[in-house]
Amino acid sequence: MHHSQHISAGEQAVALHDKVQALLAEKLGSALLRSQIDFEFPVFIVEKQHIYECLQLLKEEASMKFDFLTTMCGAHFPEAGEAEFMMMYQLHNLQANDRIRVKTFMSAQDLELPTATTLWPAANWMEREAFDFYGFKFKGHPDLRRILNMEEMDYHPLRKQYALEDASRDDKKDLYFGR
Amino acid sequence: MSNITKSEKGLGVAVETVEQKDYSILNLGPTHPATHGIFQNVLTMDGEIIVDAKPTIGYIHRAFEKLAERRPYNQITPITDRLNYCSSPINNMGWHMTVERLIGCEVPKRAQYLRVIIMELSRIADHIVCDTVIAVDTGAMTGFLYLFQWREKIYEIFEEICGARLTTNIGRIGGMDKEFTEKAWAKLHAFMAEYPKALSEFQALVERNRIFMDRTVNCGPISAEMALAYSFTGPNLRAAGVDYDVRVMNPYSSYQDFDFNVPVGTSGDTYDRFMVRMAEMWESMKIIQQAIKNLPDGPIHADVPEFFLPAKEDVYSKMEALIYHFKIVMGETDVPKGEVYHAVEGGNGELGFYLISDGGRTPYRLHMRRPCFIYYQAYPEMIKGAMLSDAILTMSSMNVIAGELDA
Repeated sequence: MHHSQHISAGEQAVALHDKVQALLAEKLGSALLRSQIDFEFPVFIVEKQHIYECLQLLKEEASMKFDFLTTMCGAHFPEAGEAEFMMMYQLHNLQANDRIRVKTFMSAQDLELPTATTLWPAANWMEREAFDFYGFKFKGHPDLRRILNMEEMDYHPLRKQYALEDASRDDKKDLYFGR
Repeated sequence: MSNITKSEKGLGVAVETVEQKDYSILNLGPTHPATHGIFQNVLTMDGEIIVDAKPTIGYIHRAFEKLAERRPYNQITPITDRLNYCSSPINNMGWHMTVERLIGCEVPKRAQYLRVIIMELSRIADHIVCDTVIAVDTGAMTGFLYLFQWREKIYEIFEEICGARLTTNIGRIGGMDKEFTEKAWAKLHAFMAEYPKALSEFQALVERNRIFMDRTVNCGPISAEMALAYSFTGPNLRAAGVDYDVRVMNPYSSYQDFDFNVPVGTSGDTYDRFMVRMAEMWESMKIIQQAIKNLPDGPIHADVPEFFLPAKEDVYSKMEALIYHFKIVMGETDVPKGEVYHAVEGGNGELGFYLISDGGRTPYRLHMRRPCFIYYQAYPEMIKGAMLSDAILTMSSMNVIAGELDA
């Protein structure tokens, strides 16, 4: 953290991005779809078929060592067709204090992903949460059950088609608020 | 363990069933006075030794991530209160800073220092709860009674600052909503003068107490490697010997201006977790002292009228103020598009907000990295082979807070 006094956070993010991008491009080739920097955070978008390979590489490659899984979460973009669902992994190299984000996109028909529990036991409940709320199926997960919602629930509530408001209420229409 | 078989059920998921008869099944929770919250663990017991534990969580799930997708940014702060409710202000500040990062808002130094004072007071309150309760679970009620009233004094300070005690909704996007009142300063100074004595007293009662040490040393230990594999953060990780603290690694709100140590343990057991929190309370006192001493003058909020409510007298007399007041109250403020992650060192670990904004009035997606949701999954691993009474102590020393666990 001390070098941050000389190099700005933005410059650090660019340097980190370039380093990781070079490795992923070399090892994964075209499976690294694109990369960008979002608010000083390097982000790498990887093809789903290669996501496990990518995570393993980032964790184990001597020059990378992103061996701490900060968090994982899903997201739903109903209009996005082939990229309707997103799974995000946020990794941290604690020694160098570098953080990156890896994302993969998939269609609603193809929500199967390899589990990351074999890399990080911490992924267990994160994947159960992503399954619970979005319906991602993590292949190889030791115990893929719902975690926060009740087992009897028959839908995945964070998907965008499930409105939060009670549909029978008519006092909260956007129309009344000029929206 | 060889008697445990796997069977297929439901979604093709292997569910372990215990077939051997001489193991007994014990339900610890969902409501049990010793678990200090709603946690269920189905324990497989061999006599008094725990063979396996199956935690069930979600009893107080309130769908915060879904709720956040329908709420304007300023209305999400009260949701964060209800995550780790032992240190709500840290959650509030973490959320404000996430939005500030998204809208590119630089908070004035004075507000940053005031925030640091509030956050460190919260950390002390959080650690008071955890450490005194560890003592209670070993049978040491006295220390709890002595120290717990100081949490009340901290709540009184919060009450003077923002009007609320537990679910504080403290500060605003862009800074603080108002200056500390004179009464708040007086209460803060009184706390700073008197708390060290009370903390020393508690420490002297418990720290080298024979019974306490017998109960906690080597109880529920976790190695540094295991703790990292399970993505531990906060005092639980530091107790295992890893000096990771978000305040130092990714300083926010001017933490880089303060001189403090990051206490670490060695064995990651209940005693180390207890001791790390004790030491952190002293460090928090140091930080607050420095913040009070070096508190800069100047404004307490940034110039972000679309997020920061104007003064009431301006609302009644100025057109712009009226417009902004209306926009904020009705939740009509658009924000930039983008994705941000911001983390703070919460009472029990790295509390992160991952926010996807599509430019609309509410977040498109908000994911909260809740530290105890992530580390509580190691609990069965930590109590296997231990006695039931050690399992209770291990849980209280991990500082698992139901509100944060279940979101």
